[in-house]
Amino acid sequence: MDNSVSSQDSLVSVRNLSFSRGDKIIFDDISLDFERGKISAIMGPSGTGKTTLLKLIGGQLFPDKGSITVDGQNVHKLRRTELYNLRKRLGMLFQSGALLTDMSVYDNVAFPLREHTHLPESMIRTLVLMKLQAVGLRGARNLMPNELSGGMARRIALARAIALDPMMILYDEPFTGQDPISMGVLVHLIKSLNNILGLTSIIVSHDVHDTSAIADYIYVLSGGKIVGQGTPKEIQQSDSEWVQQFMTGAADGPVHFHYPAKDYVDDLMSVGKRY
Amino acid sequence: MIRILQYLGKSTRTSFTKLGRATYFLLQTVSGIPSVLLRPRLLLNQLYSVGVLSFLIITISGLFVGMVLGLQGYYTLSDFGAEETLGVMVAASLVRELGPVVSALLFAGRAGSALTAEIGLMKATEQLSGMEMMAVDPIKRIITPRFLAGLLAMPLLAALFSAVGIIGGQIIGSGLLGVDEGAYWSQMQASIDFHDDILNGVIKSIVFGFVTSWIALFEGSDAIPTSEGVSRATTRTVVNSAFSILGLDFILTALMFGE
Amino acid sequence: MQHTSTQDTLVGLFVAAGIVGLFFLSMQVSNLSSFGDEESYTIIARFENSGGLKVKSPVSAAGVKIGKVSSISFDPKTYQSVVHMSIYTQYNTIPTDTSASIYTAGLLGEQYVNLDPGGSEEYLQQDSAIEITQSAIILEKAIGQFLFKSAAEKK
Repeated sequence: MDNSVSSQDSLVSVRNLSFSRGDKIIFDDISLDFERGKISAIMGPSGTGKTTLLKLIGGQLFPDKGSITVDGQNVHKLRRTELYNLRKRLGMLFQSGALLTDMSVYDNVAFPLREHTHLPESMIRTLVLMKLQAVGLRGARNLMPNELSGGMARRIALARAIALDPMMILYDEPFTGQDPISMGVLVHLIKSLNNILGLTSIIVSHDVHDTSAIADYIYVLSGGKIVGQGTPKEIQQSDSEWVQQFMTGAADGPVHFHYPAKDYVDDLMSVGKRY
Repeated sequence: MIRILQYLGKSTRTSFTKLGRATYFLLQTVSGIPSVLLRPRLLLNQLYSVGVLSFLIITISGLFVGMVLGLQGYYTLSDFGAEETLGVMVAASLVRELGPVVSALLFAGRAGSALTAEIGLMKATEQLSGMEMMAVDPIKRIITPRFLAGLLAMPLLAALFSAVGIIGGQIIGSGLLGVDEGAYWSQMQASIDFHDDILNGVIKSIVFGFVTSWIALFEGSDAIPTSEGVSRATTRTVVNSAFSILGLDFILTALMFGE
Repeated sequence: MQHTSTQDTLVGLFVAAGIVGLFFLSMQVSNLSSFGDEESYTIIARFENSGGLKVKSPVSAAGVKIGKVSSISFDPKTYQSVVHMSIYTQYNTIPTDTSASIYTAGLLGEQYVNLDPGGSEEYLQQDSAIEITQSAIILEKAIGQFLFKSAAEKK
């Protein structure tokens, strides 16, 4: 099923990617495509290396095997300056927001503009206020990052990620640890930014409901392999037991409740051994 | 026995790889210097947090160290009827040794640990990674300005320490104990050599500033990105800086003042 | 950052204070102020033995420092120590029959050259030599001689 998706209009294509940390295999020969202008989601249980995949796409990590192409450029064959030029066209929303703690909200959003453009300060002000308005936090511009709630910090980080009008945004667990209202706000924002700015979005998440509400296409990863892919509807109707367990959140199924161990009764009876 | 050898082998290997990472880190940091010089604002901000914020602790400590030297020196020298050379004793010990060494130790405790904690936390909260994804090189933007600031601030702080200490010695020596003020200064001027004493002291403090900033920044960026990892890295900064300062001081002293 | 200007001021103050500290150390504490900038001329004296005299040792007359030793070398022909001294130009009326001796400041102090002016009307010029010299007193030698003498007297 690996190469079943057509790659003609994909902005990011991952081919035969393998990656391991020490002895642990994170990805085992997987191929994915992310279509231009769509919201794609990568789902899977914690610890399956979803964030690692984003870091590979952003060129912060190097794969053991395989290639990742973003907008026709092989990320890991680029020279440093070329990679940096590519990154200017990518936005990434970190799980923690990753706001610079020694700067105000305003300066945080202005940061990429000041670093990469030579725009006059008045123009930067206009741009920053526009981006803050888009996330609904224009009034919070003088706050410091430690004065923000988690949801606000993520929205500021989103404003910063779109500051340079990127072609694509990578979202790392955008819904984790949010109350229902900020969750709703973020879902709405991701959807509307994607439609209004014509972005391509890649969301990494294990939140089934909200992600399937906005995603156009979903990949489900587990144990370094793709175990399911398709539109949200297709995924929900998947006949894979594993995908079903993940989507419904059943406690036992192909993923066992118990960590691998020897027989329970034997274990209890083997008195005298400490482990 | 085999276990001890294994342990020895393993720790040798890990310390070599760490040294390798530290050297690579230093090279990257140094290669960022030209781009920082083009943006002096970054350097200025760091000079504030590295230099200005260490100013008070350095001057106050310097004053007290000088005053103690004045007292102790007076008691010892007066046994030989040589109180007049108190100025020489105070100035020589401050300019050659105590100024560079003590101010570097204080600097490691005040500014070095703060640098490690700051960089470590930036790493733990993904700020460095985030910056990289915004196509901003964290080495050039964060590390190199702090490194340069440490390198510049250290000799200034050491000079302040010595100067304040010599004045402190004079306050005690001639103010309290009655050493002739003229003798205090003139004996000092006759014995302290600009090249051999002052310049060598400045060179020492530059070396200490270099090493301390390097250690502090490297430990911060090499820290395990958890709160425990950062606190351990901060401890390592202070301990490793202190060892390096004292060890290097011995080597530099042997090279500079040996005949 | 609203506090930029106060920060700048403080950084400026810090750097200024540091430079003042360095300047203080160079000028007030060390001997930087007492060499290099003063004009001087060189005179030469030959000693049988210059003892522990060193380059930069002071040269004084009547207890006042008037110059310093600029070089010391050994003359392989006369087997003498040749001492060049830089005398500050303001002291340009040192008579030609002046004698030079090497003394020790205190029992354990450093050695210095003392010039004892004579009565001549002619003055020492650049590169002129002092004829009358008295060598350094070598403490071991003096003690040895004293012991030898007193032993001889007792006999």
